[in-house]
Amino acid sequence: MSRSVLLSAAVLVAVLIGAPLAGSSHIELGRAFAGVSPDHEIFFYARLPRVILAMLGGAALSVTGVLFQCMLRDPLAEPYTLGVSSGASVGAVIAICLGWRATGVASLAGAALVLLMVLGMAVEGRRLSSFTLLLTGVTMNSMAFAVILFLHNLASFSQSFAISRWLMGGLEAVEYSTLAWLAVVVVGVSVLVTVYAPHWNLLAVGDDWAASRGVSTVKLTAMGYIAGSVLTGLVTSLTGPIGFVGLIVPHALRLKLGADHRVLLPCAFLLGGAFLVVCDTLSRTVIAPTEIPVGVLTALCGGPFFLWLLKSRRRSLWL
Amino acid sequence: MEGTLSFIARQLGFAYGLHDASFEFPKHGLITIAGPNGAGKSTLLGILAGLRSPYRGSCLFAAKEVRQWPKREFARRVAFLPQSVQLQFPFTAEEVVLMGRTPHARGWFQTDEDRSAAEEAMTTTDTLGFRGRDFRTLSGGEAQRVILASALTQRPEALLLDEPATHLDLRHQLSLYRLLGELAKSLLVVAVTHDLNLALQFSHRVMVLEDGRIAGDGAPADVLNPELIARVFGVQATVHGTWMTYEA
Repeated sequence: MSRSVLLSAAVLVAVLIGAPLAGSSHIELGRAFAGVSPDHEIFFYARLPRVILAMLGGAALSVTGVLFQCMLRDPLAEPYTLGVSSGASVGAVIAICLGWRATGVASLAGAALVLLMVLGMAVEGRRLSSFTLLLTGVTMNSMAFAVILFLHNLASFSQSFAISRWLMGGLEAVEYSTLAWLAVVVVGVSVLVTVYAPHWNLLAVGDDWAASRGVSTVKLTAMGYIAGSVLTGLVTSLTGPIGFVGLIVPHALRLKLGADHRVLLPCAFLLGGAFLVVCDTLSRTVIAPTEIPVGVLTALCGGPFFLWLLKSRRRSLWL
Repeated sequence: MEGTLSFIARQLGFAYGLHDASFEFPKHGLITIAGPNGAGKSTLLGILAGLRSPYRGSCLFAAKEVRQWPKREFARRVAFLPQSVQLQFPFTAEEVVLMGRTPHARGWFQTDEDRSAAEEAMTTTDTLGFRGRDFRTLSGGEAQRVILASALTQRPEALLLDEPATHLDLRHQLSLYRLLGELAKSLLVVAVTHDLNLALQFSHRVMVLEDGRIAGDGAPADVLNPELIARVFGVQATVHGTWMTYEA
């Protein structure tokens, strides 16, 4: 159990060191640390912040995916399929159009609002309908896209460029101060939810199952949704909507490691981070110097994966 | 008086599902709850399990109102088995069993005591043979025994089961009720059932519900008489000792 966590940590560290060295211009680690130009600038100011952002984003989206799947007992739930990422995007685009600096707060509000609407739609008595859940998510995505197109049309030329760049899910270099507070929130929230890992295990079986074994299900569920909104909202405000990370990573991990959240949550954090760093590195090196937005890459991989899961849903077992 | 009783209900009611139910349950014995669909069986069991609240009237467990029990403490004394458990995720049988230890857990990791409790419960229910298997690959009978083992690791004084035999074949139904009968020597077992023959054969007491009210409560042979069955279930029954036949 602890071995898988250590191994995941080792993979993440290796990826974090390797990724900033890859790119269209060749640099060396020694020269970068010795402060030799331009290696130093490329490593520390162009590539490293971007790698750290990808790592935090991937970790946050994977952890959110695990939580949503657990609480909804639906392996297809994740921030993107539920429309929560799109909600966050609308919030961020409104903030960009109005020239607000607090895009993070606007994103978070958008994410939380969509989550509430999707859950409100899918509740049928004491149960949640997985069918309604996903259909509502799809509808939310379309509606959010329409709102964004509308705002896009109203926006000035420079705002319009900022919006479309951001929408494709690009990871631009951000300042270290921004990364620092993002890291505090993402790591803090992830550690907090991981503390409750044994209780998530029971909630993944059922509400009555958990409640009759002494778990405060209402508090735990509220915590899970708040944590998911915060993680998705903040990350989306910086990276744009990046889909399917929260689907691919938890599924692959359950296949290999089982369903125990004490292993699943830490590994989803570590390998989710590594996964998005790898995707981002690919997106900026495959057809360099042109960059593919990382959101495009994850959607091109994740979309077919989602369809495959949907198809195999009836005849085989969930991972 | 309270020393020999576990649950005491007085004028117990819940929304439209249950009305004026008053009864006392002893500390051991197998009690079955029967009745037509929608009669309030699962509602009653849910109230006893602390899962349906707020309820009307009073429902005491160990002299304390069920809704006032701290959940964790209550879960160490009362275990509940849902009608069926359908997992979406690859938990192993043993992981499902160990979940029953949650109300006793002191931290993040399982203790030796947890593991020995699980071992003991899995021996009792004859489930050790597939402890490492994905729960979702188990047959109905195997899954039901794993769920029962999970409840036993809670080391409860009362075991509440919602239709435990519904998805089982004849042989597994009988062996499950035989096991419940064994357990009922040392703890209170309350099972909701649709099968009047199982109730007649294995339980020490039967409670029949009709439209949210108690229509009969007492020894199986007295309660499950042709008059009551005709009135409550609308079926002609003939009792032959410890089994009965029906006619539509």
